[in-house]
Amino acid sequence: MSSTRSFVSRKIHSLLGVIPVGLFLLEHMITNYSATKGLEEFQKSVAFLNNLPFVLALEIFFIWLPILYHGIYGVYIAVQSKNNTTSYSYYRNFMFVLQRISGVVTLLFLGWHFYETRLQVALGNVTHEQLGLLMRDVFLNPVTYSLYMIGVISAVFHFCNGLWSFMVSWGIAVGPNAQRKVAYVSFALFLIISVIFILAMNAFTADSFIAKG
Amino acid sequence: MTTASTQKTIKLIVQRQEGPDASSFNEEFEIPYRPNMNVISALMEIQRNPVNAKGNKTTPVCWESNCLEEVCGACSMVINGKPRQACTALIDKLEQPIRIAPMRTFPVVRDVVVDRSQMFESLKKVKAWIPIDGTYDLGPGPRMPEVKRQWAYDLSRCMTCGVCMEACPNVNPTSDFIGPFAISQVRLFNAHPTGEMNKHERIDALMEDGGIAGCGNSQNCVRSCPKEIPLTTSIAEMNKETSMSLFKKWFTN
Ligand code: SF4
Ligand code: FES
Repeated sequence: MSSTRSFVSRKIHSLLGVIPVGLFLLEHMITNYSATKGLEEFQKSVAFLNNLPFVLALEIFFIWLPILYHGIYGVYIAVQSKNNTTSYSYYRNFMFVLQRISGVVTLLFLGWHFYETRLQVALGNVTHEQLGLLMRDVFLNPVTYSLYMIGVISAVFHFCNGLWSFMVSWGIAVGPNAQRKVAYVSFALFLIISVIFILAMNAFTADSFIAKG
Repeated sequence: MTTASTQKTIKLIVQRQEGPDASSFNEEFEIPYRPNMNVISALMEIQRNPVNAKGNKTTPVCWESNCLEEVCGACSMVINGKPRQACTALIDKLEQPIRIAPMRTFPVVRDVVVDRSQMFESLKKVKAWIPIDGTYDLGPGPRMPEVKRQWAYDLSRCMTCGVCMEACPNVNPTSDFIGPFAISQVRLFNAHPTGEMNKHERIDALMEDGGIAGCGNSQNCVRSCPKEIPLTTSIAEMNKETSMSLFKKWFTN
């Protein structure tokens, strides 16, 4: 008798990618965008999140564990595929491969980003208030700025394209027309969210960022 | 006519393999051109005169074929990089040299002959049939509405050829995915008014390891199927049914 374990694991993987991990990405977009209004506004956004009740429990159960599960199971899925875009150069097949590459890139990026920010806060090396200036330094350095750009775009792509897969994998977008419409929406979201993230990143490096504070 | 056309030749490069465990090698052939040839008639020509392009005598290339009209699926092989039926691969429409290889997703028996029995096993796994046997005459079954019959007919054209399996990045030795065709067959048999009575058994089978969860949405299958079966629509539809079944199991049992 075989089991439904892989079916259930795959479904959980798909769900967690959107709720809560995808939502966390959107929250990040909004919080970081507050940097366009200066350091003080950014600090306020960070303070607001960290004043949420049960913040550590929220982080553990709604961010860290879901990301770990989605990331580790995702790598397992990625290594199982035998990519074949050379023989089958179709749009969706390219998306299939990019989804796996962007997933791995995002996972590595998240590890580094977590180490630089959340872990340093936990170790007491950085306070929440200092995060804004820390990120400013990261973005003023062209090397780390570029690496962040790659990481952020990978994450946004992975989320938006993953949203398309989610709609298909749960049987919400069934026919080819419905799936195409969702693909358009997913691509538009990718552009919009990427632009907002880039604006937010650039805001940290602007002179006005510290001037107003 | 013969004098003019005998000068023209067809170049083929065949990836050959003497047995299941033998290593593969390429052999080139140059055969006389005749109008309206397909890959099967080219292979027949090699069989008639098994001499390679270097002029050395060799063994004839082994292949399988049956219907010669793209309904049995036996002659599937990789032609110029894409899996397809050799009987409908017209020489005039192919770029030369024509590269022929077996569908390596399946165990190779010899040359381009592969063993597709895993597909038959998958059909058994998902119970792709309609049980009508009883200990007494069960009488006529319910009728199928015409509109339903029309789209179900499209699904029924699957010939288990294996092209969708070859094109799928997730059908490979590291995964136990049964492949796109079997998922579409569940949709077909679940649409049948009598088959519908055992719907849950096929849905359950899709939820088992190696089932529908193996799909990664590359959608190569729908682009490759020679019978133009809406495989990805079938998969998404079965995604819906299996998800519903999961919710039911979790929340109402
Ligand atoms: S679904 Fe199409 S490609 Fe796949 S086995 Fe059936 S006929 Fe061949
Ligand atoms: S011989 Fe039957 S499909 Fe080609």
